[in-house]
Amino acid sequence: MTVEVSLPYNKEYVTQFSQGLQEPQWMKDLRLNALDKSESLPLPKPDKTNIQGWNFTEFNHHVAGETIDSLDQLPVEIKDFLDEEEEQKNLVIQRNHTLAFGTIDEKLKEQGVIFTDMATALREHGDLVEKYYMNDAVHMDEHRLTALHAALMNGGVFLYVPKNVQIEDPIQAIFWQEDPEASLINHILVVAEENSSVTYVENYISNNKEEKTSANIVAEVIAKDGAKVSFGAVDNFEKGTTVYANRRGVAYRDSVIEWALGQMNEGDTVSENITHLIGDNSHSNAKTVAIGRGDQKQNFTANITHFGKGSDGYILQHGVMKDKSSAIFNGIGKIEHGASKSNAEQESRVLMLSKDARGDANPILLIDEDDVTAGHAASVGRVDPIQLYYLMSRGISKFEAERLIIHGFLAPVVKQLPVEAVKRQLTQVIERKVY
Amino acid sequence: MAGSTLEIKDLHVEIEGQQILKGVNLTINGGEFHAVMGPNGTGKSTLASAVMGHPKYEVTKGEILLDGEDVLEMEVDERAQAGLFLAMQYPSEISGVTNSDFLRSAINAHREEGDEISLMKFIKEMDATMNTLDMDKNMAQRYLNEGFSGGEKKRNEILQLMMVQPAIAILDEIDSGLDIDALKVVAKGINEMRNSEFGCLMITHYQRLLNYITPDHVHVMMQGRVVKSGGPELAQRLEEEGYEWIKEELGIEDETVGQKA
Repeated sequence: MTVEVSLPYNKEYVTQFSQGLQEPQWMKDLRLNALDKSESLPLPKPDKTNIQGWNFTEFNHHVAGETIDSLDQLPVEIKDFLDEEEEQKNLVIQRNHTLAFGTIDEKLKEQGVIFTDMATALREHGDLVEKYYMNDAVHMDEHRLTALHAALMNGGVFLYVPKNVQIEDPIQAIFWQEDPEASLINHILVVAEENSSVTYVENYISNNKEEKTSANIVAEVIAKDGAKVSFGAVDNFEKGTTVYANRRGVAYRDSVIEWALGQMNEGDTVSENITHLIGDNSHSNAKTVAIGRGDQKQNFTANITHFGKGSDGYILQHGVMKDKSSAIFNGIGKIEHGASKSNAEQESRVLMLSKDARGDANPILLIDEDDVTAGHAASVGRVDPIQLYYLMSRGISKFEAERLIIHGFLAPVVKQLPVEAVKRQLTQVIERKVY
Repeated sequence: MAGSTLEIKDLHVEIEGQQILKGVNLTINGGEFHAVMGPNGTGKSTLASAVMGHPKYEVTKGEILLDGEDVLEMEVDERAQAGLFLAMQYPSEISGVTNSDFLRSAINAHREEGDEISLMKFIKEMDATMNTLDMDKNMAQRYLNEGFSGGEKKRNEILQLMMVQPAIAILDEIDSGLDIDALKVVAKGINEMRNSEFGCLMITHYQRLLNYITPDHVHVMMQGRVVKSGGPELAQRLEEEGYEWIKEELGIEDETVGQKA
């Protein structure tokens, strides 16, 4: 079934938008091609969630945000993402659709590291971006939302780490949807060349409880031979924002891609996180935690597909469901023919805090090779009464015991996030959403 | 008489419709160490769980009083706050909650709001106690009981006991699964608790533990009741002769309650 889209943005608009940003020709062509495709391609069909009526097309496409001179000018809700004790040396703050603040350690710059907003990257490093942008990981023509993304991309960052460069300090991006109807169509492109390593963390935030808009996020992570990328995210869009998030990794020989995703949106959300273990001995660890509340509908897919021999994939999905919310957690471990000695493990657990909530954990193993190991664990249930009993037997109240168990349940992602302030902020969000 | 008094009177307990305890009477005063012994399946662990308020155990008859207060009317956390502690045979594993965070919550749960233990004081006390119990320092930052060996779990129970400082503690088979060196360490910790106020009930089916922690009173359980009580010499005789003589003396054929507990 296809639904007629009446996209308020046409060829003329897209052309002008691209020209206004002084984008390279290839980008303009990609946009126009994608715009064309977006009219005929169907929406994606996430397993067990019908997204046909969701808002992916009504929003404000371009809203400039004011730049800031100093981090002191930020409101408290944004400052919360930043470490007070330790100055963040590598930081991009995007306000609505434009860069508000950007800084990178001079030493990294000298080593050839690029970390900048996507518009600047396209102007200054167009050829490099072209090499990877929607080529290896996500394709423009997968479905209507990838096509819409490619046509209307209006933000994001480019992070490039040259060969053998090891970045110790985390790289942080804050995406602030300040305008209640602005749509973040963000593209994040992380390229780690041979034997490099980097830790990146991003935060999304908005305040639109009533006003409707949608976010369409694509993140592509390319880890070349021997590279290591650790990718952390806390998504915290308000109720009015319908979210499509597609985070995808491609891992070459001996490389590692780690994901730690705190999916804390208040609105309806479809999120897919796919990693292709292309190279031999590549490795991925994909962790997601999510909370559903109100009448929110969410669908999370984590997929690690093994192509390389001896590749190792581990998926963890933990969800807490409240009120009348519903969420589907699809965990897919796929081992392609020839990926011998590979290992696919996954764990999906859903904690139900209300009888009206709905949570499904669907662990799927698809294996087309004999010489492999694989395993999965899945559970949907309430807080374990025996765990509660144990904690309460030490004098801890039932309320506090449940609180400890829930925070513990969501700890795998909190623990892995690189910036202390981001950890703390996620913990606060969890606290606020659960209680 | 100093300290608290735990009185168990004519206690009858069921689990999933099956009667396990059939009238247990026992009084533990502050300053006293009691041992409850008996073969497997005679209701010893049920007694411990029922006193603490395990959700699966239902008290059908009898009373449990702590300093005259009705324990059966209390929630599990209220029992702990009133001064009871149970070192469990199978402590729960709780992922994502560090041992240290848990322990601090437990200690603060025993203190008034606004009078929480300071972080520095807590760390100091925990370090010292872990030292006594010969525990690896990194156990403080590991998740509660997750991936702990049997012996580590037991030590961790005693660590909690020593830091919470309850009025009356029940130790459920604290010796099972411990090698002799670990047993000595655990016993050392428990013996440090001994004073004129602290009351303790040790559940075991081996005399071995009692070589290191001398009880003042020994009770034998069979068929869901205390069938014999005596001093430390009773434990000694059980060690030498087993339980058969008691069964003969009392005319008991099957000492269990009909189901392995």
